[in-house]
Amino acid sequence: MTVGIVMLVHTALDRAEQVARHWTSAGCPVVVHVDRNVPRATYRAFHNALSNDPLVKFSKRHRCEWGMWGIVAASQSASELMLDSFPEVRHVYLASGSCLPLRPVQELIDYLAARPRTDFIESATTADVPWTVGGLDEERFTLRFPFSWKKRRFLFDRYVALQRRLGVKRKIPAGLVPHMGSQWWCLTRQTLSAILQDPEREMFDRYFRRVWIPDESYYQTLVRLYSSNIESRSLTLSKFDFQGKPHIFYDDHLQLLRRSDCFVARKIWPRANRLYQAFLTDQAGAMKKTEPNPGKIDRIFAKAVERRVKGRPGLYMQSRYPKHGAENGITSNPYSIFEGFAELFDNFEPWLAKATGARVHGHLYAPDRVEFADGQTMINGALSDGAKQRDYNPNGFLTSLIWNTRGERQCFQYGPADNQEINWLIARDPNAQISVISGAWAVPLFKSNQNFADLRREAARLQKIESEHLGVLRSQYTKARVRIWTMAEFVEAPMEPLQTIIDEIGHINHHRLTEAPTLVDLDGFGQFLQNLKNQGMHPYLMGDFPVEQELVNMPKPARKPYLVR
Amino acid sequence: MRIRRKRRIVRSIRKSNELSVVQNHTSRIRPGDILVVSTMRNEKIRMPFFLRYYRDLGVNHFLFVDNDSTDGTLDYLAGQPDVSVWHTRASYKRATFGVDWMNWLQRKYCHNHWTLVVDPDEFFVYPFCDTRPIRALTDWLDNSAIRSFSAMLLDVYPKGPIDAVPYQEGQDPIEIASWFDSGNYTIKRNPTYGNLWIQGGPRSRIFFSDEPKKAPALNKVPLVKWDRKYTYVSSTHTLLPRGLNQVYDDWGGEKASGILLHTKFLDTFTAKAEEELSRGQHYAGSAEYKAYANQLKGQPELWCKWSEKYINWRQLEILGLMSKGNWA
Repeated sequence: MTVGIVMLVHTALDRAEQVARHWTSAGCPVVVHVDRNVPRATYRAFHNALSNDPLVKFSKRHRCEWGMWGIVAASQSASELMLDSFPEVRHVYLASGSCLPLRPVQELIDYLAARPRTDFIESATTADVPWTVGGLDEERFTLRFPFSWKKRRFLFDRYVALQRRLGVKRKIPAGLVPHMGSQWWCLTRQTLSAILQDPEREMFDRYFRRVWIPDESYYQTLVRLYSSNIESRSLTLSKFDFQGKPHIFYDDHLQLLRRSDCFVARKIWPRANRLYQAFLTDQAGAMKKTEPNPGKIDRIFAKAVERRVKGRPGLYMQSRYPKHGAENGITSNPYSIFEGFAELFDNFEPWLAKATGARVHGHLYAPDRVEFADGQTMINGALSDGAKQRDYNPNGFLTSLIWNTRGERQCFQYGPADNQEINWLIARDPNAQISVISGAWAVPLFKSNQNFADLRREAARLQKIESEHLGVLRSQYTKARVRIWTMAEFVEAPMEPLQTIIDEIGHINHHRLTEAPTLVDLDGFGQFLQNLKNQGMHPYLMGDFPVEQELVNMPKPARKPYLVR
Repeated sequence: MRIRRKRRIVRSIRKSNELSVVQNHTSRIRPGDILVVSTMRNEKIRMPFFLRYYRDLGVNHFLFVDNDSTDGTLDYLAGQPDVSVWHTRASYKRATFGVDWMNWLQRKYCHNHWTLVVDPDEFFVYPFCDTRPIRALTDWLDNSAIRSFSAMLLDVYPKGPIDAVPYQEGQDPIEIASWFDSGNYTIKRNPTYGNLWIQGGPRSRIFFSDEPKKAPALNKVPLVKWDRKYTYVSSTHTLLPRGLNQVYDDWGGEKASGILLHTKFLDTFTAKAEEELSRGQHYAGSAEYKAYANQLKGQPELWCKWSEKYINWRQLEILGLMSKGNWA
């Protein structure tokens, strides 16, 4: 008793010949089906090359096209020929010309001999399989598909749309429950002959002729009628990418394939010399005998598909440039933006760096230059501190910065005096943690030594910008983690908000903050605001700052900085 | 757009008069061969390594336009069995910086071939290029019904002054110029042609720090399954029909892409910059070369603390400069 190989071939005939000889040298008969699309001369040469081998037979040729009936017809003819000509065959294995046996053929024979009644065919109901191309699953069986999906996509789509509109629903022949699965199976003589000799076969064939991708459903469905023992998996290792095309194996997959423990792999690149050399020689017998388990390879191909479909979040490059809203991660890593903190606290940046262990920059979007941490002129990725370079593409600057510093939390200061172009980017970005003390931009003005008219103008300008900025942060599209306090609120109890922010950054200390940053001296600030008001410019973003507290007739508290504990 | 494309084709046919054949071995091109097309001037010193590099990748035939070299480039190339070469004295600039000549060669000889258009100082790197020949890539692209493949220009430069280590004929230039900028690139979409416009790298950082807008474009689509209806519009940055420029995914995924290692910055560069400046044959009034000439007098070091040393394609992949896409 042995296993017969039905081999469907359409290209790389030299490789197919090599593999066919490998099978026959182990005593397995091979029936080859060559696609009718292969030129006659090429076919003849191939035929002649193999004709001296008594174990090789050629079946009637059909025209095969992906997704169409031809492939099933080919496997039918070849299987019939196999069953008729080689009575000692108990299992028939369907393979393609680009399949490569990974383990010694004898092992396959023994494996199947030990399971004489088992049919190996992946067969699942349509509801249970996720891998369908073109969004058609149930409808594969209820619509008609006379047009090729690859060559005549327009007609294909139109015709599907038309049938949907007309509510066409084909009747599935009685007794059939549609099943789908990998087209590469291994069936027993009993089951296969029952399918091929079924008195109703003509009716079934007529039905499946217009089903889409019948090679993935014909045997998979019919086998459910006859088989006594279905093992629903394929013995062929075959991985598919997101478009339903099989992944291809190359020389550098050799070690991977050795570890796969599968009997047969597809698809092999025809020029993968090392693979053919390694697996078609007898010394492959060195591999250990274990149950086939393609799981080890799964990961690498699943990752490849994910890379193609989702990409790396926060990466913008030559072959990944997501349109607005389709970013799948606007930036690659979480980061924090502080607005008004550096103005309100002395030495806020070093304090923050110490408390969180993060890299704390100054105003990255300052008008004159990029204030990188520690006064550096350049940062990871050779991103330089030139304001012109940055302002040429402010959004790109931020996404690059966050991408370049993956693995290290970035914090930076921001305010109404800075370039505002990144407003929407940071607002939409769930990675952004934005903490705002509104109105704190007035503190440097208050401390500065400018003419009051200039101060007033500047205050009006900054207040307008910040109010627009806050409008963006409060919009319904905002995905960032935003916290906004008015300056008055914050000054009253600064410790709690700080603790919350630091905890969220969650880096080194999970215990309470022990050292607090020092508030700047705000003596006279209330009066400063009042002066602005008196000049007709109403600063409202600070909240209700206690002007009265500073009134002259009030007892003045001892002069000391607001030290927060 | 169709008119623009047709006009390009007509122009390339007209400009083909300027080319005179020196050695035509194109009859040796077999169906399915992979071809390299290139224009050059005085690059003899680079040729031995260039040919070796691409032969090792599995390129079958080279088509060159020699723009009046005076250093013996022509003689060197004419001795090679897998090279066809044309000569011209005409203006590089008026042939749209060589594009017209190449469009014509490609139209005539590259129909239905995978064609790589690179300059003599550009070295193509693609995913798995250390273990798989270029045909593995083109077969995969064919299989996936992809017609064009993107490879961004990545400027590599030496550590120290760029003329410190002289380049020897036949030497791998990456041995000298092995550093690059990994993360200072800006991208814009060009709505007219649908391609991306990438700028940045050391040239933008040093020569165009005050005018980043004028920095040279780095996006390129050098590898195309050529059809006689196709045409390059400006260098290999832009193609027509526009569908060929869709080398990027805009739904968040990554398409497969490669890198062109640009080994412009060797000791040969200073002399080249001076010559090109006097010839005035380059893009935008040779603004690029003017900027180089100015800067090169002062600080001819491109290297900085954050430069990365080139190791292999996997490194470029991890840094996010290129991608495997779904090729595994």
